[in-house]
Amino acid sequence: MPTIPILTIRNLSAVFPNENGGLHALDNISFDVHPREFVCVLGPSGSGKTTLLRILAGLISPTSGSFMFGHGEPPSTGMVFQQANLMPWRTVIENIKLPLEVKQVTETDARLKAREMIELVGLQGFEDSLPRDLSGGMAQRVAIARALIHDPDLLLLDEPFGSLDAITRERMWNELSHIWQMRQKTVVMVTHSINESLFLADRVLVFTQRPGKVKLDLKVDLPRPRGDDIRYTPQFGKLARKLRSAIE
Amino acid sequence: MNPNLVRTLSRNGSRNWLGLISIVLGLFVWHLIARYAGLPNFILPSPLSVWTRFLKALGDGSLLYHTGITLLEIVLGLLAGAITATLVGYVLAKSRPLERVLSPYIVASQAIPIIAIAPLLIIWLGGGILSKVVICALIVFFPVLVNTIVGVRAVPTVLYDLMNSIHASRAQILWKVEVPASLPVFLGGLRVGATLSVIGAIVGELVDAEEGLGFLLQVGDFQYDTPMVFVAVFMLIVLALMLYGIVILLEKRFLKWQEKI
Repeated sequence: MPTIPILTIRNLSAVFPNENGGLHALDNISFDVHPREFVCVLGPSGSGKTTLLRILAGLISPTSGSFMFGHGEPPSTGMVFQQANLMPWRTVIENIKLPLEVKQVTETDARLKAREMIELVGLQGFEDSLPRDLSGGMAQRVAIARALIHDPDLLLLDEPFGSLDAITRERMWNELSHIWQMRQKTVVMVTHSINESLFLADRVLVFTQRPGKVKLDLKVDLPRPRGDDIRYTPQFGKLARKLRSAIE
Repeated sequence: MNPNLVRTLSRNGSRNWLGLISIVLGLFVWHLIARYAGLPNFILPSPLSVWTRFLKALGDGSLLYHTGITLLEIVLGLLAGAITATLVGYVLAKSRPLERVLSPYIVASQAIPIIAIAPLLIIWLGGGILSKVVICALIVFFPVLVNTIVGVRAVPTVLYDLMNSIHASRAQILWKVEVPASLPVFLGGLRVGATLSVIGAIVGELVDAEEGLGFLLQVGDFQYDTPMVFVAVFMLIVLALMLYGIVILLEKRFLKWQEKI
């Protein structure tokens, strides 16, 4: 693991105004992320995990504190939301190429790149399907392809598989971990599933109940690639127990 | 071919047949009543005499001329009303304070029956085309305005998040999200507006006009030329259906992605 972090988060706090003096979503969060690291943020609902991602994506500003990416310029990010968030009037390929359209890449290049992404997420043959004809897992794969197409510095995943059924979710873990190994991206993923975080991450940060604080920073030294069987190893069990006891 | 589509088409096909039979049957019943009920022609003209009157008016060019005038009023009024309503609606959808300030006026304007202010508009704007265009625009304005507001407000916030996360510009958000996302509701408003626009033009023409189908209607009325009245009414139906059809075509063209039940 290279020693120079690519993302430095320092004393980040977020307070949302409300009737009784403000809602503390994040309280003084600090941590580093290294290049190509897969970090999972684990915590109970309402621990400010999503707020953290929204700050990193530039959707909201922190109340105090800062985060720095690489040499100071704001990172380009790709975000995958809890719901696939596809535009129902756009076909699969049109949804995937949206970020390139926004960057005003030429139509030919955008389509070429989109086809490449479709191959990466295994949706060949569905290029011209509309979102209404996709299953939940397929829709989320489109969302992942869309988040990666503009080659972002940082991939942000906000409980992307939370709405999928258990079987599909586990299949998506394999695919995501495969995609991550192919694309070598720095990933910050929010989840509330211990299994999911151990299956995917290099490191798991456990957040406390609101206001969110980092309670545990756990290195996941499980060998890769991680197959389905890894969940039954004693090492996995040990890490899972640690995480479980850190979540109140 | 998609089996669902085939089923829908064939169902539509049989429905069209039934519709046609129903029209023919209706004409026949009308004919029987006109012929055997002993009513004079100026009370209930027979279908045949209406048809003869239609051919005559068509032949001397008067029908096309007056229909053209009314159509012009409708199209200009519809465009003016729909475009203003879309622009105002978008601004109001984006600004709640502005909506609160303006909504009393907008709601009050809707409480005034358009028939009541039509004479006033004609006093102000004269008996020519302009007054009809304005009446038409006023009647079209409200449904398009309301649907624009509802449509733009219904754009999911997550799509704004998505666009902001990829640093989309204001214009890109407008054209790539807000316009397509609000289009179904907007076109629903336009469909209502299109039908109302015919009413607007006729209301104006009935108050005071020297030309147009409303004028023809009134002349027919004064002269006990009831077949002429029927011809004018049928022309109005044709215009309304045509406009309605254009909006339906727009929906078919732009809302292909929506599931039609």
